[in-house]
Amino acid sequence: MPTEESTGLSRRGLLGLAGAGVVGAGLGVGGAFAVGGGSASTTNAVASTYPFFGKHQSGITTPAQDRLHFAAFDVNDISRDDLIELLRDWSYAAARMTAGQAAGEYGPASGPYDAPPDDTGEALDLPPGGLTITFGFGPSLFDDRFGLAAQRPSALIDLPKFPSDALQPELVGGDLCIQACSDDPQVAVHAIRNLSRIAFGRATLRWSQLGFGRTSSTTQAQKTPRNLFGFKDGTANLRAEDTAGVAQHVWAASEDGASWMTGGSYLVSRKIRMTVETWDRTSLREQEKIFGRTKGEGAPLSGGSEFTEPDFEQTGRDDIPLIDDSSHMKLAHPDSHGGAQILRRGYNFVDGNDELGRLNAGLFFISFQRDPGTQFVPIQLALSRNDLMNEYVRYVGSAIFAVPPGATSSSFVGAGMFGLP
Amino acid sequence: MTSLSTRFGFAAAATVAALALTGCVPNNVGTTASDNTIAVDSSATDCAVSSAEAPSGNLVFSVTNSGDQVTEFYLLADDGLRIVGEVENIGPGISRDLVVVAQPGDYFTVCKPGMIGEGLGKTPFTVTDSGADLALSGDIAAQVETANANYKSYVKDQIENLVVGTEDFAAAYIAGDDDAARALYAPTRVFWERVETVAESFGDLDPRMDLREADLEDGQEWTGWHAIEKDLWPQDAEAGFTAYDQSKREALATQLVADTNTLYANVQELEFTLDQQTNGAIGLLDEVASGKVTGEEEFWSHTDLWDFQANIDGARVLYDGVRDILVEKDAELASTLDAEFEQLQVLLDAQKEGDGFRLYTELSTSEIRAFSDQVNALAEPLSRLTAVLVL
Repeated sequence: MPTEESTGLSRRGLLGLAGAGVVGAGLGVGGAFAVGGGSASTTNAVASTYPFFGKHQSGITTPAQDRLHFAAFDVNDISRDDLIELLRDWSYAAARMTAGQAAGEYGPASGPYDAPPDDTGEALDLPPGGLTITFGFGPSLFDDRFGLAAQRPSALIDLPKFPSDALQPELVGGDLCIQACSDDPQVAVHAIRNLSRIAFGRATLRWSQLGFGRTSSTTQAQKTPRNLFGFKDGTANLRAEDTAGVAQHVWAASEDGASWMTGGSYLVSRKIRMTVETWDRTSLREQEKIFGRTKGEGAPLSGGSEFTEPDFEQTGRDDIPLIDDSSHMKLAHPDSHGGAQILRRGYNFVDGNDELGRLNAGLFFISFQRDPGTQFVPIQLALSRNDLMNEYVRYVGSAIFAVPPGATSSSFVGAGMFGLP
Repeated sequence: MTSLSTRFGFAAAATVAALALTGCVPNNVGTTASDNTIAVDSSATDCAVSSAEAPSGNLVFSVTNSGDQVTEFYLLADDGLRIVGEVENIGPGISRDLVVVAQPGDYFTVCKPGMIGEGLGKTPFTVTDSGADLALSGDIAAQVETANANYKSYVKDQIENLVVGTEDFAAAYIAGDDDAARALYAPTRVFWERVETVAESFGDLDPRMDLREADLEDGQEWTGWHAIEKDLWPQDAEAGFTAYDQSKREALATQLVADTNTLYANVQELEFTLDQQTNGAIGLLDEVASGKVTGEEEFWSHTDLWDFQANIDGARVLYDGVRDILVEKDAELASTLDAEFEQLQVLLDAQKEGDGFRLYTELSTSEIRAFSDQVNALAEPLSRLTAVLVL
């Protein structure tokens, strides 16, 4: 089945500069675009690249990189075959870029002298910084355009309107998404830019988001980072090492319905604007009450250190619980939702400032879960209704995507959805 | 802990600069917080204080709870009874700071693991005279009591007016006299907005009375002021919006009146502590910053400036209630706040029209920006009020 056509870039992609299938062979070896010279790839060989092909897509349980460029696309008026071709081309380029190669075969500074280079070039000389490229499919892709309606997984719900949602239509939804993460912001941007270019004529950018600081740890070795409220975020996150938890809460299983999603997951993104100006004039007492944790150590207010389990029964003066019932931690805690957990993978953002001179800042929340309807939705509903933090946040963007399992090196991401191997 | 000390140091440095401008520089205000940080270990059996004395000025007791019960730490006056400063609700393993401005004299330190009884490890603590020129920390109990009583009356008075106004508004709306209802809308809501931080503190009432359409969740029934507002000013409503029928009008108006009467009953017995008053003033400024300056509060009527003025009125009342105490403790801050309040009022006055204000939609971008900037200029120093006044 694997042929050069199925692994290489289609004729439509990259201005016809299609190459042979160097993908499988080039993985992890470097190749023509071996970046940053030998030293970078030898010292950081293990940590700086993650495989594109495999059972699961990378960028989910992968140790959260420092930087994000996330993009949602609308598919143009094209055929089902064109859509398949786009996903093939994206997979080809993504496999190359995550391995530290150029998006196309020739690279940014080579190839026919009278043709534009098949890679835009800003990542030349940069190590991939652990670049992962993760693809997803939005609910709107499963309408009548591509004959995919019957393939729509039941877990890929339309998110309900949550109280205090202030969504801006231009920041909502999308047919396709790409999450590009790297420790180097320029590498992440390079990935989205080249994949957008490859999509011209087939899919166009609907919205995109840069994130500059991870707000979650996805492995135990990673230190818990801080959000723009200055608090540790993601202390109680699911971790890659918790393989049983990840299997139970993150990966779609064969018994879940849509069999082509087995080994995949569901991504929810929420752009959360934080009014940091009013937050910054809130007393430390109030800030800690809102989170239910101390600001320095991140310990639950019931006592202990960062990773101590909160004791919601612990009371203080006047028998009032030390952790407020409407605190962020209490409302989001698995105990409040029948054990429901999600894998968070969000990023801080600052998109300049608004017309009132306030930082346009916040958290670009990303979570992965096996079943958004029973995991993300009840947690978000509890937060939207009662979270003390609501006074300082507002939800302006929202989207959900089915993230298919990883592709085999002879195929492309999402092939199963089309009944292809 | 480190970050708090750093922040405190920053605050102290800012004070130096401010005082230098007035040519009045106390001797040792340059002393950083970390120099005067005293470690306190509250264990199951002891209350170990790292130093038995410290120079007068800003003292930071960094209290760590190494026991297994929730603890409290107190700095007591020389009679061993009067509380000079305290931190409560420190969970096991948690550290928290007590920051006090300490006059020279004799004190006691004591911990209270389990929060009951006489406490543990009561130890004399001496504050030596550093020569620092400190504000007097006289007995302000009487002043606080007066402020509380005055604010109680103010809240009751506003809600009383709200009840009367709401009844008139509801009657006009039910009678179909929309012009009269529209004319009463903003001037009546003013009574709510002036005491908004109190009015909205009743968790079941607030969503019934003051919820905005954007805050609804799927399937939730929309009631209260803003539901009626949309019906009275449907010009910005979505296509296909149909005016409410008579029975819906009556249901909404009747419930609003009933809820307002419940609110009236609820506020009759309220008492206000000093920190509730100071935090109330800060909270009202936050209401302005997040809802009124952006024009989101009165989404259909665009009467946001009425609410804006009312929030500021309410904050001003709270501030004036504690201003005498503040002048004794930090005259500099008082004069800053006086000036910033006044400047904000100048901007509001410029938008007055008849008995009311121009609509939010009539404001230019630069006028809105000027409001936002001035709200920040006032709210930032105002946010220090609680820490300065409340021990």
